[in-house]
Amino acid sequence: MTTPKDFGFNDDINMLKDTYAKFLLEQKTIEALRPSLSGTEDPYHGAPRQAFFDTQNWQKTVELGMHAVAIPEAQGGIGMGLVAATAIAEEIGRSALPTPLSNNLIATFLLRAADTQPAQKLLEEMAEGVSVGLALYGEDGSLEADSTDVQARDGKLVGTAWYVTDAQKCDILIVAAQTQDGVDLFRVNRQAATVSVSPDRIVDLTRDQAGVTFASSDAAPLTEQGQGANCLNNALPALLTLTAADIAGAAEWQLQATADYAKVRQQFERPIGFFQAVKHPIVDMMIAVDETRSLVYQAAAAFDFDPDDAARCAHLAKSSASDTAEFCANRSTQLHGGIGFTWEADVQVYHKRQMHSQFMFGDGIWQRERLADLL
Amino acid sequence: MSDKTLSTEQAEFQAFCRAWLAENKPAPHSTPLPQAAYEVTDPSHLTYLTEWQAKCYEAGLIASDLPKNYGGHGMTGCQQIASTEVRAAGVPYFINWIGLGMAVPTLLECGTEAQKETFLPPIFSAEHIWCQGFSEPGAGSDLASLQASAVKEGDQWVINGSKVWTSLGHFAQYMLLLARQDKSDKYGGITYFLAPMDQPGITVKPIHKMTGESGFNEVFLDNAIVGDHLRVGNVGDGWKVAMATLTSERGAGVGVGAVAGESPMLVMEQVIQLAKDTRRNGRRVWDDPVWRDRIVKVYERTEASLYNGRRARIKALNGGAMRIPLQGKLTGSEISQSLHQIALGILGLKSSLYVGDENAPANGKWPLGYMNTYTGTISGGSSEIQRNILGERVLGLAKSK
Repeated sequence: MTTPKDFGFNDDINMLKDTYAKFLLEQKTIEALRPSLSGTEDPYHGAPRQAFFDTQNWQKTVELGMHAVAIPEAQGGIGMGLVAATAIAEEIGRSALPTPLSNNLIATFLLRAADTQPAQKLLEEMAEGVSVGLALYGEDGSLEADSTDVQARDGKLVGTAWYVTDAQKCDILIVAAQTQDGVDLFRVNRQAATVSVSPDRIVDLTRDQAGVTFASSDAAPLTEQGQGANCLNNALPALLTLTAADIAGAAEWQLQATADYAKVRQQFERPIGFFQAVKHPIVDMMIAVDETRSLVYQAAAAFDFDPDDAARCAHLAKSSASDTAEFCANRSTQLHGGIGFTWEADVQVYHKRQMHSQFMFGDGIWQRERLADLL
Repeated sequence: MSDKTLSTEQAEFQAFCRAWLAENKPAPHSTPLPQAAYEVTDPSHLTYLTEWQAKCYEAGLIASDLPKNYGGHGMTGCQQIASTEVRAAGVPYFINWIGLGMAVPTLLECGTEAQKETFLPPIFSAEHIWCQGFSEPGAGSDLASLQASAVKEGDQWVINGSKVWTSLGHFAQYMLLLARQDKSDKYGGITYFLAPMDQPGITVKPIHKMTGESGFNEVFLDNAIVGDHLRVGNVGDGWKVAMATLTSERGAGVGVGAVAGESPMLVMEQVIQLAKDTRRNGRRVWDDPVWRDRIVKVYERTEASLYNGRRARIKALNGGAMRIPLQGKLTGSEISQSLHQIALGILGLKSSLYVGDENAPANGKWPLGYMNTYTGTISGGSSEIQRNILGERVLGLAKSK
């Protein structure tokens, strides 16, 4: 099997990508985020920040059907694959958008991999606009299936999940928990009285994150008994690809913003882009972005058309993306000079999103370790 | 393995290429060939490689998609397939790489009908070997400062000056020549010619490289004669025509045949195997996590180049027609250099054993190959010049000069 020459980006998907990109442009997402960053209170101290959540944006996203692109038609979705979801994830990154959509796309692929009746039921609810968050990590933040600190006993969950993104926005949490047979995935109502969400103070201003503690919370299994680790493993290529796509979109924004600044900022009577010490690293940003984008599209295409090669391609994509996130964030701030270091500059918002994305679902070094085992 | 995106014609041609290459792969020459076409100096290697290229041309693997009056085979969408199969087959490289890679695209874009019909077929068959006369001792990165002069006398031009780094100059029948007809106009004073090499006014002297090999030359033009019918483009348009040549040299032009021998992925696989086969400090180098990470990082970039090539052809995803193609030479040469540096690191002290030493791993291929990667990062516009071009032409940054 091979992947299509156009990476599966057919007319429908290109139109979908354009529609969503135009929608985000009209929404002026960074300006919408700004008020939540201003005010007299230092956002990193005092009481944890209320998560910024543009509910109107989310409603419109649901009206456009973006949340349902990868939900199977049988569950009321549009029935497209990872290529379509990747196209959307890239646009989310380009806008540094705080949206439950990212996690909903990821959750869609987790539930598709679970392939059980309860998982299908949740997909149906998601197609109706119910939003889902992911509680997969233990304290060390590693992706090994047994790293979760949550225990499942007799249909109840006990313990704390770490680094739960969108915990303040979502309706339902998908929780990885230890059972007697290994790890399983469960669904928990986020608003239940036994579930307490304790927001983290995080660097990234475009996402919210929390520790979520379950005090004997009612939980319904989404996976077959003891199949949680398998399910995570099967969905992992999609998780990695979507996160890498977000990075690619944000990195392209960083590249263009930095190139634009180098055209207008004058020093020594010239635009600074004249100087090779500035020009060449901007070109290096472009090279990094392009390598990542190509690997991301190939990873999406492999997942949809050549599943045997999906894991290798997804590790490649996230390996490249994690390094690109670090590099483009670094160069974008440095080449903006003093202004890039200020709160007012949009580059700082993207910089911090990339710092976060770099480590989601494993950094470059971890991806390469996994890759080496496949070579 | 079949590819469902191919047309029937393409699928049949792909199958034909595979079968033909398997059947016609030539027996190795009695002495090892140099690593690349630009290093060939032995006349018996030239004969061997010329015969091989002619055979591939006859079979339709070169000029597959070009019209028949230019010596092409008149197929559609088949050149890419032929080139991919040639590169994957582990067969010798095509000797006439400057002809195929630079002269053909330049003539197709800027040549007259007569020039195309006369010059293209013998390039494909390797009957005419070509070289390139652009750089001069005083004109490297700043190519347009070249000084070789062209003076019109009747219906011919008299050329004086010298050219340098002229690969294959010692075998070539023709040279892609830039010369200056007007000293007062830096860019508008250059004209582009197809210069016959076999004449008393041209002397070729070999230059020796850091590798100990030769292969390229200094070429002295002393009242050399070029007919006006061998001018490409108008008088004074040489710089524009040269850009067509350089675009191809940098990997962004139309292809008429694979020019390189081993594909980057093939070399990558050899390096991974080398790490698995080499033991040091009590374990395989491949089991050392630091080396694994370094190797896999280059593997990642090699794969990315491959898919960049595919994405470049997709309008909706390429970010502009020239954005990815103009990166090809820069990233390809830098990735190759990193890969060879890694190979030396895997070998450790063994990498000190060079060509001619009976204990040298793979006959000294890795240190030789490493040194030769500087051909890629320096020639055809150095990596520094490539970054200027990308910054200016793709990103719109102010011109550095």
